[in-house]
Amino acid sequence: MQGTVDPNKAALNYHNEEVVAPAHEEHPDLRLFGLLVFLGAESMIFLGLFVAYLTFRAVYPSWPPEGTPERELVLPAINTVILIASSFIIHNADTAIKKNDVKGLRTWFSITAIMGAVFLMGQLYEYSKLEFGLTTNLYASTFYVLTGFHGLHVFLGVCLILAVLWRAQKAGHYSDHDHFGVEAAELYWHFVDVVWIVLFILLYLL
Amino acid sequence: MTTQAEMQIAPSAHAHAERKWWHYFTFCEDHKVIGLQYLVTAFFFYAIGGALATAIRTELATPASDFVTPDTYNSLLTLHGTIMIFLWIIPAGAGLANYLIPLMIGARDMAFPKMNAMAFWMVPPSGIALVLSFFLESPQAGWTSYPPLSLMTGKVGEGIWIFSLLVAGTSSILGAINFLVTILKMRVPSMTIHQMPLFCWSMLATAGLILVGTPVLAGALILLAFDLLAGTSFFNPTGGGDPIVYQHMFWFYSHPAVYIMVLPLFGAISEILPVHARKPIFGYKAIAYSSLVISFLGLIVWAHHMFTSGTPAWLRMFFMITTMIIAVPTGIKVFGWLATIWGGKISFNSAMLFAMGFIAVFVIGGITGVMLAAVPFDIHVHDTYFVVAHLHYVLFGGSVFGIYAAIYHWFPKMTGRMVNETLGQIHFVLTFIGMNLTFMPMHELGLLGMNRRIAFYDARFTTLNQVATVGAYILAVSTVPFLINAVWSWVKGAKAVDNPWNALTLEWQTSSPPAIENFEVLPVLMTGPYDYGEHHSENGALPPSAEPVLTGSSSGS
Repeated sequence: MQGTVDPNKAALNYHNEEVVAPAHEEHPDLRLFGLLVFLGAESMIFLGLFVAYLTFRAVYPSWPPEGTPERELVLPAINTVILIASSFIIHNADTAIKKNDVKGLRTWFSITAIMGAVFLMGQLYEYSKLEFGLTTNLYASTFYVLTGFHGLHVFLGVCLILAVLWRAQKAGHYSDHDHFGVEAAELYWHFVDVVWIVLFILLYLL
Repeated sequence: MTTQAEMQIAPSAHAHAERKWWHYFTFCEDHKVIGLQYLVTAFFFYAIGGALATAIRTELATPASDFVTPDTYNSLLTLHGTIMIFLWIIPAGAGLANYLIPLMIGARDMAFPKMNAMAFWMVPPSGIALVLSFFLESPQAGWTSYPPLSLMTGKVGEGIWIFSLLVAGTSSILGAINFLVTILKMRVPSMTIHQMPLFCWSMLATAGLILVGTPVLAGALILLAFDLLAGTSFFNPTGGGDPIVYQHMFWFYSHPAVYIMVLPLFGAISEILPVHARKPIFGYKAIAYSSLVISFLGLIVWAHHMFTSGTPAWLRMFFMITTMIIAVPTGIKVFGWLATIWGGKISFNSAMLFAMGFIAVFVIGGITGVMLAAVPFDIHVHDTYFVVAHLHYVLFGGSVFGIYAAIYHWFPKMTGRMVNETLGQIHFVLTFIGMNLTFMPMHELGLLGMNRRIAFYDARFTTLNQVATVGAYILAVSTVPFLINAVWSWVKGAKAVDNPWNALTLEWQTSSPPAIENFEVLPVLMTGPYDYGEHHSENGALPPSAEPVLTGSSSGS
């Protein structure tokens, strides 16, 4: 059922109690295209927040404002490496499922989920060590809100990966020609990764 | 391929299944149900927004603040603006798009029906929360909700306002994904993009704007919510924040929002005029592409709302020029429409009256738009009633007239019943008079310096304000014949044939109302969408000898 979306099926189900109705109007699977459009819109939120951040930075007399406690760079750098590496790891799952290797899919997705969880814990650990809070000053607020909003997306990405893992328990749910869920989770994960790279440059390196 | 598959499924239960009235109250994934759900829900909120507007005009009938308290007045104008924009015009446009796009391009439904239903069902909670806020602690900072004002007028009301907008915005984005993917990917194989009805072109442009603009508004609202509820100071100058950043983010969406509100109706007008003037549309490609140009330009004009916000001179110049350039693609459309009806065999029915009224009134709003784009003039009338007049000529004269025209035009298709023309014409006359009487005097009031958003005013403005108030009452009354007409015709109106207007676009080539899966057999295009009077019999329909536009389902004609 995962492979093709059939808009009519829904209307059919509405009247036919039977869930399995013959797909009588085949059109190509549009879900990946839809997801890309969605991610395009999603990236506009980040773009808006990034530009807002850059404006605050440009308008503020000194950035970070004087008296703001220093941040360390090592932990976030390790976190960045973990997240970028996970993007390569998750791609193996895609290769695996295209060879009908569900076991490989499960392995690579599990590793990615663990790496995502480590990233999130690293982020929380960093928060706990910081000597400024959300409302300390504008600098602190932008830091927490931007990283937090991104962290929320990482969390959602981990949830997506776990959902795919859950479904992959059922034999035959994903196959070489029918694995939109895998592709969607992977695409989302890459998106989250790219956003982090920009965020890391903006918040830590600039 | 399709035909074969169709044959297999035809005998099963769905083919002759019928819509029941209660389907309209459920999470139904049929785009036609969703379209009507949007339209009816939007109209419900329009009635509420209209009641608020009537209250505002009643207050303004006298210079003193005597009908409501100034605080209540602030709530009235805030809720009026927010409801009309986010819960009436935008959802109404989404409703028309949902209903029409799949029918026009020969698809059986939208690309993502479940997401479509989700998008609709976000609208009622958003609207109900906003309306209920009036009784709890209503937002008072205007529909623009500029900080720091919006941070000082009460956390509960402003919080509800932000929540409502985030939900409505999400709904709008999900809808736009559907429109974009459906239009680009689900056209019937014989339809190239240049044979697509112009309504679809305008929805393509609208969807693009929603997808680029709305997320930025969401970003602004998230930051505003943190300022309001968590004590940060992104936009709060006392904590070192910058309220101008909010204005930029807000208008980056909210200026395109004007086009999100009017482009769908540009599309509808482009459909309605050729049908009722029995002439091909003039300049198909020019009208189609001008929608895309308007979308693009619409994204780079936002700071013309901020000429008085300390915007540097060079930036003002840039935004003044881009804003004025928008008049070009818009003018192309207007002249295209005029050339379409010029010398046509015009039927003066309700749909056509509203469509022609749309052109007349919208052009006035367009011209004042160019005036406002000029920096010196804008600085003079900023935050006065001139701006109120301008935006109501665009959004009432444009969008609302367009929605009415569309409802009258597609009513037979949507309900299978004809509207009552007499009531429709009364409705038009009242709306046209009421609209101009309400908003025309506001131009002068603005030029004389009457500020907007204030419950009391200088006594010398009294006469013009009273004229506007009378106009508003006429507008309020004008919806009565419409409501009677819509309800009565839906239940008891004369049965409509499949193609009462002898139109050529695909939605008219199926039954009225369309079957659940739209077309028994997928249509094959035999003519362009606007080939009226070109190589056909004089009424514009296909000559009897030609192959039917559809094989199979078109029963009536």
